[in-house]
Amino acid sequence: MAPEGLVQLETRRLSALFGRNVIVREVSLPFPRHTVTAIIGPSGCGKSTFLRCLNRMHELSDGGWATGQVVLDGEDIYGGGIEAVDVRRRIGMVFQRPTPFPTMSIYDNVAAGLRVNGHISRTQMDETVERALHQAALWDEVKDRLKGSAIALSGGQQQRLCVARAVAPAPEVLLLDEPTASLDPAGTQRIEELCTELKRRYTIVIVTHNMQQAARVSDFTAFFYMGRLVEVGATQELFTKPQDPQTEAYITGRFG
Amino acid sequence: MNARVTTRRMKSGFFTGLVLVLCFLAVLPLFLIFADLVHKGASSINWDFFVRIPVPAGQAGGGVANAIVGTLIIVGLACLIGIPIGIGTGLYLAEYGIGRMGWMVRFLADVMNGTPSIVVGIFAWTWFVRPVHHFSALAGGVALAILMVPMLARTTEEMLRLVPHSLREAALALGYPRWRTSLNVIARAALSGIVTGALVGVARVAGETAPLLFTALGNLNFDTNIKEPMQTLSLQIFTYASGPFDDWHRLAWASALVLMSLVLALALAARWATRKRYGT
Amino acid sequence: MSTSIPQPMPATAEPITPLAATNTTPRPHRRHYGDRVYRGLLTTLALSLPLLLVAIVAQLLLSSWPAIHKFGLSFIWSSVWDPVTDTYGAAPMIFGTLVSSLLALIMAVPLSLGVAIFLTEFAPRWLRQPVAFLVELLAAIPSVVYGLWGIYVLIPLLRQYAAPPIRAVLGWTPLFNGVFYGNSMLAGGIILAIMIVPYIAAISREVLLAVPATQREAALGLGATRWEAVWGAVLPYGRAGIIGAVMLGLGRALGETMAVTMVIGNRHDIALSLFQPGYTMAAAIANEFTEAQSSMYLSALFEVGLVLFVVTVGVNALARLLVWRVARGAAVGSKAL
Repeated sequence: MAPEGLVQLETRRLSALFGRNVIVREVSLPFPRHTVTAIIGPSGCGKSTFLRCLNRMHELSDGGWATGQVVLDGEDIYGGGIEAVDVRRRIGMVFQRPTPFPTMSIYDNVAAGLRVNGHISRTQMDETVERALHQAALWDEVKDRLKGSAIALSGGQQQRLCVARAVAPAPEVLLLDEPTASLDPAGTQRIEELCTELKRRYTIVIVTHNMQQAARVSDFTAFFYMGRLVEVGATQELFTKPQDPQTEAYITGRFG
Repeated sequence: MNARVTTRRMKSGFFTGLVLVLCFLAVLPLFLIFADLVHKGASSINWDFFVRIPVPAGQAGGGVANAIVGTLIIVGLACLIGIPIGIGTGLYLAEYGIGRMGWMVRFLADVMNGTPSIVVGIFAWTWFVRPVHHFSALAGGVALAILMVPMLARTTEEMLRLVPHSLREAALALGYPRWRTSLNVIARAALSGIVTGALVGVARVAGETAPLLFTALGNLNFDTNIKEPMQTLSLQIFTYASGPFDDWHRLAWASALVLMSLVLALALAARWATRKRYGT
Repeated sequence: MSTSIPQPMPATAEPITPLAATNTTPRPHRRHYGDRVYRGLLTTLALSLPLLLVAIVAQLLLSSWPAIHKFGLSFIWSSVWDPVTDTYGAAPMIFGTLVSSLLALIMAVPLSLGVAIFLTEFAPRWLRQPVAFLVELLAAIPSVVYGLWGIYVLIPLLRQYAAPPIRAVLGWTPLFNGVFYGNSMLAGGIILAIMIVPYIAAISREVLLAVPATQREAALGLGATRWEAVWGAVLPYGRAGIIGAVMLGLGRALGETMAVTMVIGNRHDIALSLFQPGYTMAAAIANEFTEAQSSMYLSALFEVGLVLFVVTVGVNALARLLVWRVARGAAVGSKAL
């Protein structure tokens, strides 16, 4: 795959469990810097659980725990002495459904992640909010109503707001968990365009159940099945010349 | 067949009518009481009523200034003590309330919500009046706070639980520590509901009399020292209603009107607090 | 499967500027103490409730122990309440509490169910909020205001319009024997009924709302009339919850003090006639606590408080269990003022 040093995030034999049920089984997967990696697979194959291990959200679920390593810039985020809270400030996440904070304005929503990181000046915050909204391709639509309610925006706009909120604290990695699942085609397209732009700055991992989306948006694709990583490769190659028969079966629509 | 259907329809109509009548009868006392409050009390409401204190028994005139101020002070004390503890307990139940201690606290809150207020009164007397051989407004405030805490704990918890789980996840994913999630995100989202619950609790204790009978005791003079006995509107109504003088009865109605207006204002404020600020 | 795979879009080559002022060198890892402090603080506050309850129970036991020791079980069935000889028996007030509460329930349950069914089944949408608000207001009226109204409006009304016809028809029964005293068990029962209607109604309404709509629809789909659907499908489903609501109302009636003591007559007497004065445990404490001279008198009153507490808590605990089964653990009824 990609040579060493270009890998920003990497899992090494990562397993995720709920109690004694193994959901993700010994997955070793590198994510090269400034690329988009798509994770595809049928429902229940563990892709969302795997994603949530990358920013230590999985352990927040009842009975959830993980073994193995997740190495971010050379450091295992599951290592002793590392606080999950710090990890989540370096790895951002956007969820399936838009979740703007309903009692906060658009500005406050974007700035939400900045305020936990300690004091920054008002002007710095203004600049950061503006840049985040630019990156999320939302600035032009909301620049005149930054103090307005966040939930007055449309679904697609809210999701882009969540993207802005996730990128404002300058994370190193961005995790997207089926981000277009609840959006209409126009909203979906805008988010997909965003992915392409954002990979210049961040390393992106996107879970999607839509193979065409994976093909459109990602540089690398990983196919999961029943908790195992079946195959990973450059998107072009995976979709045209899959190595594993299970991969081929899924891609050609024989199950899933 | 047709006759049977008609009978059933008639029966249904009859019972519908019965339900309407019962509902009307249930609500009727409200109108009667309000009408009497206004009819019998409004004529005594004048400037004197608000600024003067009671005159010696048998004489005409006088007001309830001491009772109004006393009500505000004692209810204020109850709020100072009861609101932080009550809302804090509610936050605890919503955030950490899974598990044995949470279950126990929740159950006990429900138990305490059903405790007769007179029992709370004699408890407060034993702990806050007898040791110092002195009735006081402070003891009354504590007694009312004891009533407020379980009320607020449950309503606060209920409001917090209504906040969707996805908001918590979004905050945690941003790197919010758990305490900040609980306060800045979840409590903030549930704030109007929490405020409503608090207002409802305040409205309830503002009208209480029984727990004050042996704590604040009552005072015919104007005294704002919380270490001294103090009068409240509710105590005033009780004393005047039970007394022999017609003038006292008149003042009792007027005081009841004022007290009811206060409670009504709080109830309306509680409703106003939950109006939708942003359209969904 | 289509043969043309869309190409991932290439990134444009532009300089990458860092967004916020965060450094990329590994930073020292901070310990986050906020969570521990927060949890500790909240736990301390929450502990107030168990501690409070333990304190109340312990204090009641402690203070009533002299009376318990002296009178034993005779406290429950003796009618002798004599401060002069320091002999105390609480039978009249226990009897009065039970009778007045029962009387209140008999009157309140049909009224409350009427309100609850009206609000959930028959009321047009625009009428629901206003009527619900009116019922809430009933619960908001302070007990002492009810008492005031009871003395100067209800009792004269009863004396003038209700007592004569009742006496004429039922005066021969032991229940309505004798002259109507005004301050009477009947007045106490009526005022209690008015006061607990909003509680039973509010909780019953929540219980009925928790009944799945499919129950009602299934009955209507089978050709039932509106009433038959309610009576035959909805109410039975919510039966446990409604019983719980009624018991919660009972719990409130048992502990009600001010309104009762103002209209019931406050007499240590067991009388069968509802026209006669009576007494309740809560009223006794309210009336006599500050006048209790001897320590045994006080102890007896504390024992009354203990009995009242135990009975009320028992009824409430049972009620909550029933309501919880239908409404699934929500803090039902706590919104009712």
